[in-house]
Amino acid sequence: MSKLLEVKDLAIYFDTYQAEVQAVRGVSFELDEKETLAIVGESGSGKSVTAQSLMRLTPMPPGKFAGGSILFNGEDLTKKSESQMESIRGKDISMIFQDPMTSLNPTMTIGKQIAEGLIKHQNMSKKEAHNRGVELLKLVGIPNPEKRINQYPHEYSGGMRQRAMIAIALACNPKVLIADEPTTALDVTIQAQILDLMRDLQQKTGTAIILITHDLGVVANAASRVAVMYGGKIVETGNVDEIFYNPKHPYTWGLLSSMPKINNGEEELQAIPGSPPDLADPPKGCPFVARCPYAMKLCENHMPEYTNLSDTQKTACWLLDERAPEVEPPESAIVGGAKVHG
Amino acid sequence: MAKYLLKRLVYIIVSLFFIITITFFLMQAAPGSPFASERALTPALEAQMNEAYGLNEPIHVQYFNYLFSAFQFDFGPSIKYVGQDVTEIIARSFPYSLILGVEAILIALSIGVLLGVIAAVKHNKFGDYTAMVIAVLGISVPSFIMATILQYIFAIKLQALPIARFESFAHTILPAVALATTPLAFIARLMRSSMLDVLHSDYIKTAKSKGLSERVVTYKHALRNAILPVVSYLGPLVVSILTGSFIIEKIFGIPGLGNEFVVSVTNRDYTVIMGTTVFFSVLLLVSILLVDLLYGLVDPRIKVTDKGASK
Amino acid sequence: MAQSEFKQADFEPLQVDHAESEKIVGKSTSYWKDAWRRFRKNKLALAGVVIIVLLGIMSFIGGPISGHTYDGNDLLNVNQSPSAEHWFGTDNLGRDVFARTWYGAKISLFIGLMAALIDLVIGIIWGSVAGFFGGKVDEYMMRVADVLYGVPYLLVVILLMVILPPGLWTLIIAMTITGWINMARIVRGQVLQLRSEEYVMASRSLGASNSRLMFKHLVPNTLGPILVTLTLTIPTAIFTEAFLSFLGLGVPAPLASWGTMSSDGLSALQYYPSQLFFPAFFICLTMLAFNVIGDGMRDALDPKER
Repeated sequence: MSKLLEVKDLAIYFDTYQAEVQAVRGVSFELDEKETLAIVGESGSGKSVTAQSLMRLTPMPPGKFAGGSILFNGEDLTKKSESQMESIRGKDISMIFQDPMTSLNPTMTIGKQIAEGLIKHQNMSKKEAHNRGVELLKLVGIPNPEKRINQYPHEYSGGMRQRAMIAIALACNPKVLIADEPTTALDVTIQAQILDLMRDLQQKTGTAIILITHDLGVVANAASRVAVMYGGKIVETGNVDEIFYNPKHPYTWGLLSSMPKINNGEEELQAIPGSPPDLADPPKGCPFVARCPYAMKLCENHMPEYTNLSDTQKTACWLLDERAPEVEPPESAIVGGAKVHG
Repeated sequence: MAKYLLKRLVYIIVSLFFIITITFFLMQAAPGSPFASERALTPALEAQMNEAYGLNEPIHVQYFNYLFSAFQFDFGPSIKYVGQDVTEIIARSFPYSLILGVEAILIALSIGVLLGVIAAVKHNKFGDYTAMVIAVLGISVPSFIMATILQYIFAIKLQALPIARFESFAHTILPAVALATTPLAFIARLMRSSMLDVLHSDYIKTAKSKGLSERVVTYKHALRNAILPVVSYLGPLVVSILTGSFIIEKIFGIPGLGNEFVVSVTNRDYTVIMGTTVFFSVLLLVSILLVDLLYGLVDPRIKVTDKGASK
Repeated sequence: MAQSEFKQADFEPLQVDHAESEKIVGKSTSYWKDAWRRFRKNKLALAGVVIIVLLGIMSFIGGPISGHTYDGNDLLNVNQSPSAEHWFGTDNLGRDVFARTWYGAKISLFIGLMAALIDLVIGIIWGSVAGFFGGKVDEYMMRVADVLYGVPYLLVVILLMVILPPGLWTLIIAMTITGWINMARIVRGQVLQLRSEEYVMASRSLGASNSRLMFKHLVPNTLGPILVTLTLTIPTAIFTEAFLSFLGLGVPAPLASWGTMSSDGLSALQYYPSQLFFPAFFICLTMLAFNVIGDGMRDALDPKER
């Protein structure tokens, strides 16, 4: 069966005046219909650039495709013209952004911002688009939508703005929704509401979701598969259970250790020492080598191949080689008996 | 809304009171008698003149008289032009300045915004550099030099446009362009940096992610937001046009209020100086109020009105 | 598979210096060094600096090398075009325009620099006191500044020129009497922003006195925007002087500035355009140079703007 979205060896570089920054260095992943894939990593890992480039929203220049392809329904998006992309954006693939405070146009009513996509992609009249806008606002749980639709973003609270963003993104029933840190800027209680809403809507509409986040807590709540990114590469990928209960990459261990857990209240959170590699001068070998407590001599100069641990789990780490010493994940990386997948 | 307007009007009146007071005492402090330069004035005649202009009264009486009549828009007679009231002079000359000023403001706004948008959209490309070179030159060439350059090229060399006076639309072109140059350059730079900021903002990404075309994103989403700083610049723009008119009207021989003011300064015609200063202040305070009201219309986040009046 | 090429020894633990990985990624350069590097890359701004330096030098040696004085009349050679004898020609009193241009440069640059300097001193004192003490002091000081700021600058200058006796210093005083407000506002904004920062707290907790704090820590850190404002004040002052000269309120007769020279040249525009051309050209050139330097400095100090 052909996949909905297939990213192969995607590489995106940025020309800055100091150097060429290799933000994404050969990333491959797939997305099935109606599933939720989480891309996890810390800031600077290339996850947001990857996400935005799927819609060709990365400014080019200074950015550029340095290789690879993005196949959507079998067609390569990296080869599309700008006007072809316009008919895909918002209709087939849409996106919600991190900060709802800045991602809505402050001088345009919410209703008009929802209507724009509908008028463009579904040839609706203004009136029809308005009515559909009211429905959408109701769908994303905004009370009193007939009145709210004529308001400006500053009259909405943060959580409501993100709901409105979701309404805009889902207006034309896209096949893929890219959510770039959709809950990071929100209060914790609102975060859960927004995640619930997204999951709810996914069940209703069948949209596949790519969820970009640095928060494993969000992943556990929302995703079915996970790709862990580090230094412009995917270092480990698997379904949620595999990533949480059987992680093999030391970076995933580090991420799990730094996640607060309910059942180990007394333990300290483990931070990963060091900072991500400089992608203007990327490491030759494994990007994590400088911060990896288990680093071996060959890690410095040789990027490990992926080892297939199951049908779904792949890990790029030399520790999985039979000649490497046996290492156990640290205590703090073991997710206790608590059920993770909601 | 009514409450807000009332508050602003009170503020304007208080400001005017200060301005009248300060100009009155400044002019009192000016050296010499207002009639000092009139050579053939006998002491008896001077006393008579002082009597006629109320200059023999104690200073505080003079002040209150002036304050009282100023609020009725009566600034007394001109000292130099016998038989002319300051109010008459203003009423006669202001229409010229108004036409010239409005024309200059329109030129500065339309071309300035256009240049700024071109520069931002073509950021770091040829269009950007051209627009910014024009802007830097516009800021560096003072209006009076611009005026003489324009006169020299279009009126003396090409004889394409009239050099001076104010009789038809053609007469207004050169002075209006000269007057608009500096603010135009400011607006272009302001518009460029504001547009660049907006083009990099998140909501522009949102608009693009909806599949809107570059053109719609630029003109429907970006422009409306980027123009807000230009709207707040309208106040300083009026000031700049007003003070610029002093010199431009002089160079082009336009009988406007700016020219009248300059003549009154050279003649030390104190009542005219005071009267025009107060008039200029009223003009500025009112235009700043109008700009604030306009800003409330353009930016939905600013509520000038209370809930009841919003649509 | 490629993996087989590795030996067992390659799988030994790597000694990683974790302190090493904590170091800041990318070239770390100091703020001023970085700013200077960016400024140097801006060819236009560098050209501006060169022009100002040349103008400064010429304002001193220009007169002497012409072999004429700025006020020497020669009624037999009035209104001459540029020639080998009079490089920029002569004016209606037969005075050498070249010598006058450089004398005017001295006066115009002096006015610009003095006005900027006085603005700077008053502005820094007013702004840093207001910003530093905050509260009521700040409120009153800034209210005063607001009132003065509301009145059009040129109108105030003109009114002052009317009542004060004419002269070079009158001009400078009239220009600075409201000119400092802009500087004061910028300094205050910077101080307010910096006041809450940690190193000031640290310094205070070590017992540093208020005045020491103000001049040792705050002022140096507000330098960037102040320098930019200062650079842009100079062309404004030169412009204002020329503007006033056109209204007959410039420096009085024996003195000559670019403003008075252009004003005189204007009356002869139709027949002797060179008399207007030279002073007007140098006014524009100077303003252009200071403007590009100011822009260059702003870009260099605030990388976001690029």
